[in-house]
Amino acid sequence: MSLTAGTQGGEASAARSVERAPLPDESAREPLVRIRNLYFSRGERQIFSGLDIDIPRGGITAIMGPSGTGKTTLLKLIGGQLRPDQGSVEVDGLNVHELNRQELYQLRMRMGMLFQSGALLTDLSVFENVAFPLREHTALPEPLLRKLVLLKLEAVGLRGARDLMPSQLSGGMARRVALARAIALDPMMIMYDEPFTGQDPISLGVLVKLIRQLNDAAGLTSILVSHDVEETNAIADLVYVISAGKVVESGDPARLTQSGSEWTRQFMQGLPDGPVPFHYPAPPLEKDILGAES
Amino acid sequence: MTGLLARLGRSGIIFLRHLGRATVLLLHILASMGEVLRRPRLLLEQLFSVGVLTVLIIAVSGLFVGMVLSLQGYYILSQFAAEATLGVMVAASLVRELGPVVTALLFAGRAGSALTAEIGLMKATEQLSGLEMMAVDPVRRVLTPRFVAGFISMPLLAALFSALGVLGGWFVGVGLLGVDDGAWWGQMQARIDWNEDLFNGVIKSLVFGFACVWIAIFQGYNCLPTSAGVSRATTRTVVHSSLAVLALDFALTALMFN
Ligand SMILES: Nc1ncnc2c1ncn2[C@@H]1O[C@H](COP(=O)(O)OP(=O)(O)OP(=O)(O)O)[C@@H](O)[C@H]1O
Ligand SMILES: [Mg+2]
Repeated sequence: MSLTAGTQGGEASAARSVERAPLPDESAREPLVRIRNLYFSRGERQIFSGLDIDIPRGGITAIMGPSGTGKTTLLKLIGGQLRPDQGSVEVDGLNVHELNRQELYQLRMRMGMLFQSGALLTDLSVFENVAFPLREHTALPEPLLRKLVLLKLEAVGLRGARDLMPSQLSGGMARRVALARAIALDPMMIMYDEPFTGQDPISLGVLVKLIRQLNDAAGLTSILVSHDVEETNAIADLVYVISAGKVVESGDPARLTQSGSEWTRQFMQGLPDGPVPFHYPAPPLEKDILGAES
Repeated sequence: MTGLLARLGRSGIIFLRHLGRATVLLLHILASMGEVLRRPRLLLEQLFSVGVLTVLIIAVSGLFVGMVLSLQGYYILSQFAAEATLGVMVAASLVRELGPVVTALLFAGRAGSALTAEIGLMKATEQLSGLEMMAVDPVRRVLTPRFVAGFISMPLLAALFSALGVLGGWFVGVGLLGVDDGAWWGQMQARIDWNEDLFNGVIKSLVFGFACVWIAIFQGYNCLPTSAGVSRATTRTVVHSSLAVLALDFALTALMFN
């Protein structure tokens, strides 16, 4: 997978295009998600300032960056849960923030999202959680629905846990149930928010393989947010490294590890010293501590 | 002085902003009513947890309030040798005032706080966000059935409260204090007016129910998504609902029995 559709800045300002590109091979080359000149802030804190990202179709694109750079925020912007201050987010040719509620929901039905916390419905069993999107959006007969749900649960290795309640699951199990739920409607795209945290080595390996399999077999597009450099590099086709509201570097994982940039090297190799600040922005320590005494 | 004014102004603005948000939420809920008709199961589940689970506290309280009313009323009425009207007094106080008001206060404490905590926790644990990303509108799926269930439950609970109150009053008045059984029921039937008393009481409990669930649901939906945020929202639900019920009661009573 190569870095398709680099920076076609001129198209950023193009008005919302409802129809997709007419030619099939044309649309295959179009990125599925196109983020242009994105600005977003939380109160005083500027989180994105001029972010440009293209997520090509059919591949696994990883978004990496230090904790607190706004990776989760970025996924919420793509899903239309947050509104950018400036700039545009297009998914499959639709400008997410210009859709009305119904159009947005139509689009979301084609996106799956795996939340960092799992976000399972706590008053429903594992089975019912996975069945939830199917019950809400389809009118499948019960036996077929049952089969589908069990297959999705089988894929994440939790078919045996179908009668448990979410409170009886470990964090890692909950994340896998959430994954089964995210793929229940066979979306065109899945966003994974930190899928690897809290997984033991075995389920980690299974999960990495599963994400790859899902992506290749079902022709999905995957967006993977993570700071587990090793696992991410193992499956990502394209990596974006973001920091301080901008893309620092992008490319395939092998190239990034060898990157000339000091910043990227520090992050990819986990070195404590370098240009990436470990601290959240703060006044100098002496001033904070001495200031408190006077 | 200016500091006080500024503070007043700020709370005023915050209040108006919340009122605006609550109104938008209410309109959204009202626009989603179709969901409840389309999927009655959702409503039934909520009727159970909002209404049925509140029955016990309402029933016991109603019984005791009726018994106390009867005792106190007997003490006063017997000084004028008017014990025969004890039944009327108990029933009128219950149906007009105490039934709707006390039920609403208990409802806010029992069901309203539970609604706020449940919705607030769903928000804090990203369940509401999760629904949105599954293209399911949380207002339609989660809030609307709860709103309708609360609105339906309140007048029924108030009726139960009043009915058991009358029975409790009868037990004390007729059973223990020796008021004549025929006078108790006869006077009550003759004097309690369908429109004046019963209908107005029902209107009151509908209004209180509307206010209580609206407050509870808004506080849950609007809370800070943290444990402290949920706990504060729950407290606010009980306080705001109680104040709203008492203020509305005054306004409605002034309008109805003027
Ligand atoms: N609801 C909120 N209100 C205010 N600020 C927020 C809120 N949510 C997140 N932030 C801020 O936005 C920034 C980005 O948060 P985000 O959750 O997107 O980070 P992240 O990159 O996903 O981090 P992590 O890797 O730790 O999950 C953080 O600095 C955080 O302080
Ligand atoms: Mg995050």
